[in-house]
Amino acid sequence: MRITLHVWRQKNSTDTGGMKEYTVDGVSEDMSFLEMLDLVNENLINEGKEPIAFDHDCREGICGTCSLMINGIAHGPDAAITTCQLHMRSFKDGDAIHIEPWRSLAFPVVRDLVVDRSSFDRIVQAGGYVSINAGAAQDANCLPIPKPDSDTSMDAAACIGCGACVASCPNGSAMLFVSAKIGHLAHLPQGQPERYKRARDMVAQMDAEGFGACSNHYECEAVCPKEIPVKFIAKMNRDFFKATMCSES
Amino acid sequence: MAFNLDSKVPEGPLAEKWTNHRFNLKLVNPANKRKFKVIVVGSGLAGASAASSLGEMGYNVDCFCYQDSSRRAHSIAAQGGINAAKNYPNDGDSVRRLFYDTIKGGDYRAREANVYRLAEVANDIIDQCVAQGVPFAREYGGLLDNRSFGGAQVSRTFYARGQTGQQLLIGAYQSLSRQIAQGSVKMHVRSEMLDLVMVDGHARGIVVRNLVTGEITRHAADAVLICTGGYGNVFYLSTNAMGCNVTAALQAYKRGAGFANPCYTQIHPTCIPVASDHQSKLTLMSESLRNDGRVWVPKKKDDDRAPNDIPEEERDYYLERRYPSFGNLVPRDVASRAAKERCDAGHGVGTTKLAVYLDFADAISRLGEDVIRARYGNLFQMYEKITAENPYKVPMRIFPAVHYTMGGLWVDYNLQTTIPGLFCLGEANFSDHGANRLGASALMQGLADGYFVAPYTVSDYLANHGAMDADKKVTTSHAEFDKVEGEVRARIDKLMAIKGTKSVDHFHKRLGLIMWENCGMGRTAEGLKQALVEIPKVREEFWKDVRIPGDVAEFNPELEKASRVADFLDFAETMCHDALTREESCGGHYREEHQNEEGEAQRDDVNFVNASVWEYMGEGAAPELTKEELIFENVKLTTRSYK
Repeated sequence: MRITLHVWRQKNSTDTGGMKEYTVDGVSEDMSFLEMLDLVNENLINEGKEPIAFDHDCREGICGTCSLMINGIAHGPDAAITTCQLHMRSFKDGDAIHIEPWRSLAFPVVRDLVVDRSSFDRIVQAGGYVSINAGAAQDANCLPIPKPDSDTSMDAAACIGCGACVASCPNGSAMLFVSAKIGHLAHLPQGQPERYKRARDMVAQMDAEGFGACSNHYECEAVCPKEIPVKFIAKMNRDFFKATMCSES
Repeated sequence: MAFNLDSKVPEGPLAEKWTNHRFNLKLVNPANKRKFKVIVVGSGLAGASAASSLGEMGYNVDCFCYQDSSRRAHSIAAQGGINAAKNYPNDGDSVRRLFYDTIKGGDYRAREANVYRLAEVANDIIDQCVAQGVPFAREYGGLLDNRSFGGAQVSRTFYARGQTGQQLLIGAYQSLSRQIAQGSVKMHVRSEMLDLVMVDGHARGIVVRNLVTGEITRHAADAVLICTGGYGNVFYLSTNAMGCNVTAALQAYKRGAGFANPCYTQIHPTCIPVASDHQSKLTLMSESLRNDGRVWVPKKKDDDRAPNDIPEEERDYYLERRYPSFGNLVPRDVASRAAKERCDAGHGVGTTKLAVYLDFADAISRLGEDVIRARYGNLFQMYEKITAENPYKVPMRIFPAVHYTMGGLWVDYNLQTTIPGLFCLGEANFSDHGANRLGASALMQGLADGYFVAPYTVSDYLANHGAMDADKKVTTSHAEFDKVEGEVRARIDKLMAIKGTKSVDHFHKRLGLIMWENCGMGRTAEGLKQALVEIPKVREEFWKDVRIPGDVAEFNPELEKASRVADFLDFAETMCHDALTREESCGGHYREEHQNEEGEAQRDDVNFVNASVWEYMGEGAAPELTKEELIFENVKLTTRSYK
């Protein structure tokens, strides 16, 4: 296949950046999308040009490192996968593909398609944990957890922190991510003692990082590679509301 | 100069060693802990759990990872589960049995006392993880569910859907995040350790490159913990993440740490085969698939018919044929070798002929497609995504791939390397898995080392050797830091100055092919000697002709890769030397010269009941070998038979 790429190139966080066009031949449908970019980079290096920087690591859809807006859709056209799991058979010979970095004020561009998502880490540091030291735990089966609760917690915990939800939201909201973190712990007895403080502190940090608010577009749910449902946003809002009404907790 | 390898295994009965040892280890007074600084390199299960635990205790911790967040370390990719001898199913499990299965699974090439301790603390890990909020699978009664895994006859594997690794890592990441918020841990992301600094024979710091700005920084500490995972990427294609590397462990090795059993590599039997030259990594299909899938190849050589056109009587279910009692559930090393043997004999399938079938047709007709979908739906979907074939209709094509490295930096019972003050945890050390790791044991070891072993043993080291007074502390202005930083800078400058014609990947692929063909699933003296001729040639060419675009002082992924590949090129020969001198077959190490008349691995318990510990002697020079004899007082060495 021959593919034409329009790729966002930006030397560093202060550079203005812009779209550049590349043509790549010899793309096979067995290639993953990132292997196609590897091929483009190999060609660029051979031509003495600078390769396109993009984030990636595990290349099996779990580490959450890869990103990319592909033709305007976070993680590309196929549902429920990350960019690294997208294969070129989803495209055809002669296609033009536009590739941009995650678009959000709270995810500044590092270089080309690489962004800084450390705002997510700071939100978790604000309260996304259970305060327990190593060695302080009781026997794991002392506290039975109803299977539906445990399963709901797992649905939320499946979040890989990739940031697709933010990138696809017209408001640049991180509420699906934050609500997944909060929902994971809120559905477990271990998460109860700090439940409301956690919701209040994490939401405060989310706002401080410059993420927007949710206005129910649900674009986040549509692109989430782990199919995390927006119901967790509603649950988070309930916890946050309770937390602000009972500020001593 | 040979190493003086004191394993420091405590006296006393096996089951009491760790308890006694903990009592004998020195403690650091709570008020004094804040006077010490510990560096943790790596933030996977071992690194994150060690950094958070040490932070909770009151030490000052600096933690480094190359990823953009500590949550993304490759522990995250583990699918299957984590073992512990809770015996919740009441099926006869015990600490002793978990110990025995692990040491047998490792083909009797691990240290008894370390493995016993691992089995002992495994139960604490499950408690700890549940308390952190890890959503393990549960039964309707609300209690934890267990499943069975290879190499064991009991159900002792705890799991969280198909992403146990991610859930355990998030648990450790949450604890780490809490310590970062409290100020006890300082996290350095997108930062790569490039060298180790030693003062008066003790590890006292590291030199790091900031991968965003290119800045080189110095970090001094009272102890350094290496938790940087395995070196499977020396083969280029593996199930490792793209960034996994040997750099930190290699620099420690070059500075005098012994490297143990580097040739022990685990080749996982069920991975999606290589499709083309453009392939950048291999994807694992969980071991659990072999519970219902049947492995076969056509009886006829070079049979190009579609699998469903090959009648039953023309199929060779070779695992069932060779190993009637274990069938498709033989351990990983055995299954991998059997697949290679069939492909080498001309029975491979698919366009590359380097694949075998894993067929679910029988299970589907017996149980129905819905049951199979419920069990393996996500794996089948992943397979279809990558290959565009529907495994409900057509058998999967699978082939073995490099997955895990049992070898690593030599450590004593305290997880300390041959360099005082330098500790090594998790996959990066050689400690617990012998020559073959059982499924669901990697997560167990990473967390055991980080939560429950290193906090005690590092404290003991600090109590004995740490300088409490500020004026006695080594600082980054010490002359050794000047020297090491100078060497790091010179090496980067040398790489950038080459301005050759070929990409880093070009050399990495060539190295990978040499290693896969000569130091992979089947090894011969001839092949290994050939590799020892070819590797230096590739290295020489790399240092003459690699092309690294861009600048030093910027985000430069090609420079990162070049630095890691240069280290793989330095390291690969040590693996071959180790494989060449180990004149036996054991676990993942299969020397074709050492097999019985049925083609099964033949161990040599007279000459090789030892860990082989290598000392770096300079670039291109053969490393020197010291042996740690392994003493078995509690288990009897038997031949692993699965027939």
